[in-house]
Amino acid sequence: MSMFGQVFVKNNQYKIKGDFHHMTPNTPIRDADNGWKLLGVTNPRDMTYIHSYGGEAAFFEALSQGKLMATRCDNPKCEYKGSVYQPFRIHCPDCLKKNTVIDMTDIAKKSAKVHTFMVCERSGAFNILEKPIKFINIEFDGVATILMSYLSIGEPAMGMRVVPIFKKQGPTYTILDLSWVPAGTKENQLPEGFSF
Amino acid sequence: MIKFSEQQLQVPKLMRPVYLVTAGQSKFDRAFPDKRTEELCVDALTMAADMLSMEPAELKKYIHTCYYGHFADHFGDQLLGEAVIHDRLGLDPLGNIGVKTGGATGGSTLWEAMKAVASGYSDCVLAMGWERMDEVPTDEGNFLISCAADKDWEGPLGHIYTGYYAVMAQKYWQVFGKEEESFRRTLAEISVKHHGYARFNPFAQGPLKITVEDVLKSPVVAYPLRALDACLMSVGAACAIICDEPTAIKLTKNSKNKPLRIYVTAGSHTLRPADRRDMEIPLLPNETAEQYKDFGKRFPGGDRYPGFTGFLGARMAAWYAYRMTGIKDPTEDLDVIELHDAFTISDVQTYEDIGIRPYGEGRTYVESGDCYHTNPHTGKPGKLPSNLSGGLIGCMHAVGATGIMQTFEIACHLWDRWAEMHGDEKRWKEFNRKKPADWTDLQVKGAKRALAISHAGVGSHVTATILMDPDHLLKKDA
Repeated sequence: MSMFGQVFVKNNQYKIKGDFHHMTPNTPIRDADNGWKLLGVTNPRDMTYIHSYGGEAAFFEALSQGKLMATRCDNPKCEYKGSVYQPFRIHCPDCLKKNTVIDMTDIAKKSAKVHTFMVCERSGAFNILEKPIKFINIEFDGVATILMSYLSIGEPAMGMRVVPIFKKQGPTYTILDLSWVPAGTKENQLPEGFSF
Repeated sequence: MIKFSEQQLQVPKLMRPVYLVTAGQSKFDRAFPDKRTEELCVDALTMAADMLSMEPAELKKYIHTCYYGHFADHFGDQLLGEAVIHDRLGLDPLGNIGVKTGGATGGSTLWEAMKAVASGYSDCVLAMGWERMDEVPTDEGNFLISCAADKDWEGPLGHIYTGYYAVMAQKYWQVFGKEEESFRRTLAEISVKHHGYARFNPFAQGPLKITVEDVLKSPVVAYPLRALDACLMSVGAACAIICDEPTAIKLTKNSKNKPLRIYVTAGSHTLRPADRRDMEIPLLPNETAEQYKDFGKRFPGGDRYPGFTGFLGARMAAWYAYRMTGIKDPTEDLDVIELHDAFTISDVQTYEDIGIRPYGEGRTYVESGDCYHTNPHTGKPGKLPSNLSGGLIGCMHAVGATGIMQTFEIACHLWDRWAEMHGDEKRWKEFNRKKPADWTDLQVKGAKRALAISHAGVGSHVTATILMDPDHLLKKDA
């Protein structure tokens, strides 16, 4: 019986178990308009990648604990010292020194508002978000950049105040563990697994 | 980067003049079940040789290095696809390299090819681009395209690039379009125009005789954008031959093609729009800081630059290109252009980034009729016709080939060969396409200078390719 591929790290080496690919036979592609002559073949491929979050791991881990982490340049020699980045940047884009990791959950709760948005009726393969997807880009007080995420409840509008919610139950450890709802939303209205 | 140093703003200069002598392309379509990619590339190179009245084998003797644009290995399921094509074109053991910059791959391939000649490394190079986007169905294709977004921060959000792109469109729609029905109709007019021009282009995949109402009734993809606002997903190839002056003279000896001076510049901006930081607008020669002083008042919400509404990469490509070639005002100095109309709204955004209109006023380029071959309001030639090929919306977006297709198109105007290349009955028949009874010659009469913009993703890479008749340069030492 096949088993999903799983990975852990020991002595800084990947240790893997389970199946990282699944075999499906190829089949011929034939021309129905021309005597069913052979034109090609299908090439099935189902593979699991092993991906490191590197210096961003702290951000994704924190989502499952209900915290939104950002980074700040604290290099006194940097012209842009004090800039806060969300999305979380490991290094300052100007001086390239390692940024300081900060918890900006409270800033997000108090100041997040929708900069722009998009209600998208379509998705690509492997999408697990419910459609239509309500993309929102969120600006925060004192943050140099504008985070992309998705709204779980209500209809987005520019300038709308939103607050973060976190998938603390059954986290995926991906960016999908962070979502947003209009300010004033009650805890019992949140999607399954999410809390403030 | 939000401030530039003097060194970073150095105006690019070529070590010697560089020329485009010929170009060619395959038929473009959603799928080619009966052709391998190499067959399409051979079609393109054969056409380029035909335009010089040469056999491909003869033209190949001049080629010294090769630049191959191919955006997505995973679409074609072939790493080192460049080596496959290079071998099938019979160009081993010449040096070759692959170029990958998303939607700007075609333009970037020309950028590299130009530099190889300008530096003196090669006297004659091949720039060839292609894309194979039919090896997976559309949903899976959308997933593969979404891999061009940040895979941790954006990809999982729907695996749909349109969503990452359209948040910018929404901002533009609300701030500069003011959510006006009239602006929505202007966007639809762009789709009508590009699908309409595609009807006169035998290479084009998406010819349609449609109305503004048809666009407005097409399915919503991401409001306010609808299916007919979006570009095509295509398969095809295009190529160009870039030379120094002595080689250009030799190659065009028996051809109607006049060697054209070619200049290519490039700009970039963050892969994630989320990482954009505020900065001052880098001004083009036809702009002043004064004109943007009250920008935030005129367009409330539009005071952040580039914000989510401008493409800084396009602005910088134009910034370098205009200074390099002496262009002061693109509308006055250029005769025909091809823009990267991934969506109708990004077409409008680009008018502003490259200075055809000031920021916030892009829509007037369409509404004035300036962007048409023949201005529908006056019946006279459009002031600066754009996307007469049909663009990405009407002609194709076979990503690695797109920037080169655009360059082929503008070159046809400068060579005064547009009607010959697009009107030939034999070509329509060969492509199994019906030439419309009302086929119209879209040659821009007397065209001497032209521009093509090649653009990646949400503006991560943008190139500006300028072609000029060498007898009509704007700057002698360019």
